[in-house]
Amino acid sequence: MIHKFIFDDTRMVFDVHSGALHIVDELIWDLLEAYGTLSEEALAQSLSDKYPKEDISEALGEIKELIGKNILFSPDPLGGTYTPPQDSVVKALCLHLAHDCNLSCLYCFAGQGKFGGSPGLMTAEVGRKALEFLVNSSGDRRHLEVDFFGGEPLLNFNVLSMLVDHGKNLAREKGKEIKFTVTTNAILLDGKTGDFLNKNNISVILSIDGRQFVHDAMRPFRDSKGSYDIVLKNIKAFLESRDYLDYYVRGTFTALNTDFASDVEHLASLGFDNISLEPVVAGEQDHYSLRDSMFGTISSEYEKLARLIQKRTEKGRYINFFHFNIDFEGGPCLPKRMNGCGAGHQYLAVDPRGTLYPCHQFVGREEFVMGDVFSGVHRNDLAGLFRNSHLYHKEGCGQCWAKFHCSGGCHANAFIHNGSIEKPYSPGCLMAKKRLECAMYLAQWKNAAQKS
Amino acid sequence: MGKHIRTVNTNLVILKSTLQGRGCGECQASCQSACKTSCTVGNQVCLKEKK
Repeated sequence: MIHKFIFDDTRMVFDVHSGALHIVDELIWDLLEAYGTLSEEALAQSLSDKYPKEDISEALGEIKELIGKNILFSPDPLGGTYTPPQDSVVKALCLHLAHDCNLSCLYCFAGQGKFGGSPGLMTAEVGRKALEFLVNSSGDRRHLEVDFFGGEPLLNFNVLSMLVDHGKNLAREKGKEIKFTVTTNAILLDGKTGDFLNKNNISVILSIDGRQFVHDAMRPFRDSKGSYDIVLKNIKAFLESRDYLDYYVRGTFTALNTDFASDVEHLASLGFDNISLEPVVAGEQDHYSLRDSMFGTISSEYEKLARLIQKRTEKGRYINFFHFNIDFEGGPCLPKRMNGCGAGHQYLAVDPRGTLYPCHQFVGREEFVMGDVFSGVHRNDLAGLFRNSHLYHKEGCGQCWAKFHCSGGCHANAFIHNGSIEKPYSPGCLMAKKRLECAMYLAQWKNAAQKS
Repeated sequence: MGKHIRTVNTNLVILKSTLQGRGCGECQASCQSACKTSCTVGNQVCLKEKK
């Protein structure tokens, strides 16, 4: 299976099953239009008015050489079927330290932090049990992960700091390592908190949407006042304290800023170079939700962003845009690409009461309660459903050229929009494909620059 | 490199080869890194490769 596309006059051919990326000229492009459906003679004849016979013969030779190397029209390495490992191993937890928030973001999928329930903070006892559940459920896995999430996790900083200490001790006892991350809106990110995060090597994901009017429109305080000024001040002070290392600034774009490349540019102009900007998760009734009619604009905007990154890089001002940062030489193994995010079996979310869910986006949905941190996973049927919802069980994914990069997309988005984790959210697919094309364009451009 | 085709990832680790000796699960869960709302696995790092 191949995918051909053109980005700014560069013709690219991606060989899906090997991962090889080729830059081709117009002749190869034309030959590949019908390669395999016409005989070589018929193919050569069909292009004889446009190209010299010798060139066609030479180009066909190059195509056959790549086929021989298994980097063009390479066969599916799994033959279209896959049996995932059936072991029960949990390696990552999303700990909802606070179902409460000091902001009132319009698009919050957490319902202003409460996830459809009442506000509450996770107790130290629940947190400790969660960490013990993780360590005891992790089998032979050495590297474990805990993300402090919310609502706003820094509303529960005392418990967070206690859990970091407890987790480190627990991991040491068991010969494991826990990597901690915090996803925060930065409102409470003061010097003391920052020092703690720095001393404990905790990665941070800092929420800021981009330009002030964009951020303030969607991320106000409860009194409707915009939060941009304080968020920016706190993020800058914090990142300066850690030499701008081990962080992402993360924003959300909505129907109100489909010109989001300008938001990435704005964030870059502020000195941030690790940037993620995500499409909003919203129902069709929400005025800011992304609609099918906007996907042409969004695609163009991703292309604009790729060009922007290219221009900045030429001037020595690199932006690491999360979705464009793909290693085309290596990267994850095939089992990981089949398995995706691991939600529901390897990765679970814990609400403040200790209830387990498949991931942070399922929290509050009673039908997805999997158990609790005190007694473990009860719903092995749900764990099995998620474990077996790999790429080749998802509708349409087996035939998709982007499959080994998106791994079937987000289970939660699929469920929210289509009522099944095995029916991918198609607008999400369109965006993922466009991001991948942009990433490939940037990869080949960097490759060519390195060689020249 | 041919006259008509330039392969970008010449040091490519062919996906099929990663079926053997990999799949250890020591890598980061994709949603723990930066996204939290969309799934991109292709940009995750393999700890075995990193070493």
